[in-house]
Amino acid sequence: MREPWWITIIKAFVIINLVMVAFAYTTWLERKLLGRMQNRYGPNRAGPKGLLQPIADLVKLVRKEAFQPDSVENGFVYIIAPIISMFTALAAFSVIPFGAGWHLWHWHIDGQILNVPIALILVFALGSIGIYGFIVGGWVSDSKFSLLGSMRTCAQLVSYEVSLSLAVLGVVIMGRSLSLVDIVHRQDETIWFAAPQLVGLLVFFIAGTAETSRAPFDLPEADTELVAGYHTEYSGMRWGLFQTSEYINMITLSALTVTLFFAGWHGPWAPLGPLWFFLKLFICVSIFIWLKATLPRLRYDQLMRFGWKVLLPVATVNAVVTAALVVAFQ
Amino acid sequence: MTIAPERRATRTWPIVGPPIYEGSRIPANIPTILEVPRELANLDDILPVNFGPNHPSTHGVLRLVVDLDGERVVGLRAVIGYLHTGFEKNMEQKTWWKAITYPPRMDYLAFQLNELAFVLAIEKLLALEVPEKATWMRQLMSELSRIHSHLIWLGTAALEIGAISLLFYCFRDRDAVLDLFELVGGQRMHTRYFQAGGLAEDIPDGFYPEARTFCEYMPKAIDEYEALLTRNPIWLERTQGIGLLSADDAIALGQSGPVLRASGVDWDLRRDEPYLAYDQVDFRVPVYENGDVYDRYRVRVDEMRESVRIVEQCLNRLDRMNGKPWIADDRKVVLPPREELHTSMESLIHHFKIVTEGYRVPEGEVYVCVESARGEFGCYVVSDGGPKPWRVKFRAPSFVALEATATCMHEALVADLIAIVGSLDTVMGEVDR
Repeated sequence: MREPWWITIIKAFVIINLVMVAFAYTTWLERKLLGRMQNRYGPNRAGPKGLLQPIADLVKLVRKEAFQPDSVENGFVYIIAPIISMFTALAAFSVIPFGAGWHLWHWHIDGQILNVPIALILVFALGSIGIYGFIVGGWVSDSKFSLLGSMRTCAQLVSYEVSLSLAVLGVVIMGRSLSLVDIVHRQDETIWFAAPQLVGLLVFFIAGTAETSRAPFDLPEADTELVAGYHTEYSGMRWGLFQTSEYINMITLSALTVTLFFAGWHGPWAPLGPLWFFLKLFICVSIFIWLKATLPRLRYDQLMRFGWKVLLPVATVNAVVTAALVVAFQ
Repeated sequence: MTIAPERRATRTWPIVGPPIYEGSRIPANIPTILEVPRELANLDDILPVNFGPNHPSTHGVLRLVVDLDGERVVGLRAVIGYLHTGFEKNMEQKTWWKAITYPPRMDYLAFQLNELAFVLAIEKLLALEVPEKATWMRQLMSELSRIHSHLIWLGTAALEIGAISLLFYCFRDRDAVLDLFELVGGQRMHTRYFQAGGLAEDIPDGFYPEARTFCEYMPKAIDEYEALLTRNPIWLERTQGIGLLSADDAIALGQSGPVLRASGVDWDLRRDEPYLAYDQVDFRVPVYENGDVYDRYRVRVDEMRESVRIVEQCLNRLDRMNGKPWIADDRKVVLPPREELHTSMESLIHHFKIVTEGYRVPEGEVYVCVESARGEFGCYVVSDGGPKPWRVKFRAPSFVALEATATCMHEALVADLIAIVGSLDTVMGEVDR
């Protein structure tokens, strides 16, 4: 049974807003958690427990002048860059399943915005397009720090994308599908893929950390080296869009981890589906934040070496071994 | 006039360990400049980048003009002077006892140590005997100052390499040190607690228990930092073998302090040319052999531990000195006690003369150096016999450390550049003066 198109549109609208709220409160959570880990309070002025801080930040960013350097030759590209990143980040979330689907009166509602048979490829494809935003944004700014930042982004994201895709190959082989919904169902029937695909999970998580430019792989915007990396010359909400897309990328990646390795919305009591999904997502995001509080930053050449010489072989071997075992036990 | 004795004309340096690299890497006659190699410069593929004077990790206002070949640093020029305030010249316009406030403001992280050097110089010119209690208290305060400075170094250096949390832990404990300073002198920084002749005031009663609590707590805190960094593989990757400086180069560049000791030169003024009461306390001088960023980190962390030990020993001594004088009883130099002003005409006259004209210091010149948190902090003072110093000149260890930047930058990447400059621990206030 298919859901009517207008439900999809309403759902898309709701989900986009939910993701935006999730993003806003991820920043709050990050600042709060980092604060606690670092012996301080974090935001606690705006609203109770600082809960209005993201709203205040948004108001500040929107009201701030979106400054554009004179040296920017192509203003259109300068403005479109953060929008590309933001758009792809949001679009990638559309295929993430967060619930089993419901029957409401005589309509059927899916547990995701779109059930695409090649959802996994779509997510990666959108992610790859999103990288253009970072690269072009840094390049068009015509600033040396931005250029260095976008060079790093370019190299880092392209090389870690390979490991990222190879890491999920094991899951795809075991799940026998590229559709995220099918993979989740399969995990419910057999076993959470985190157990048999532990290596894949680790590679996926590490490569994902690099892919979303989170510590210890936050080289593209290593503030102590490159001031702010590719978005040095951005301000106001344009800068905000870059930040938003980064956080949403992180949320999407966490959602993908939950979906691929931890059986998505499945939990002890089925009707609470989306809640389980949210809980797993929350834990995953918290781990990202924890990493940021703990680890120093890698150096550029070490990062590349790690990506190509450690992660890629491990991911490849994992995929090959999984494939061999799956064929052997059939 | 007495001239500062030739202190190290014929010195053989106690170098530990094998040579770090063969030959010398000092790039040119002007050691702060790393020239872009001719073959690279002709390729027209070099990106000159300005790191600073406003940059998140240049410790104030150091400006580094860096030539980059991709991520590789191939040329480097350090530009200084953005924080020049003319401390030395200003001090010539102040009476001796007012000038004491200037040196701590140069190196605003190890302020007590700078204050100490200048005060010791005045006392040497005056040939003034300092009471034992003041000596021990000065030693205690200097070591606390060293801990304070190293804590800030550790926090910021770790931050620059990306370990953001350490900054907050270090600043938490730095605050504990500042609380102790506040307890003693009323000010958190720039206490001006040292006075020609001794201390500005007696040590308050509550200080001892507070200081002991700190001494118990601090080693545990250092364990915590080490747990985060010392064996962290990423930290090791980022710091080991980076920014090499051989012992010979370090000596040729005039390095001192932790930078020198990390290069395997076993040299510490506190032990080798003792001042205050350092010959009466038991402490170890940490020396490491590899001359890289990691060893500089290890030296500083170990020094913090040793400083805590020295503070404990000072406390043990000071415990037995309750009620003893804390300042010399020379009414020509030292302010008379407040209560005497109402009863003694003589005291009132002395007080008036010291406050208005200042005390006169005999003609002569001295060089006094102390082991500051950054190395040999020297103070060269010339007096013409008047109430104001005729000339004051400081040997700032930060300034000297900065000269090693280009030598350390051998085959460095941008990220290393930040780590290296951080590891040399320069305070721009002291460099530019």
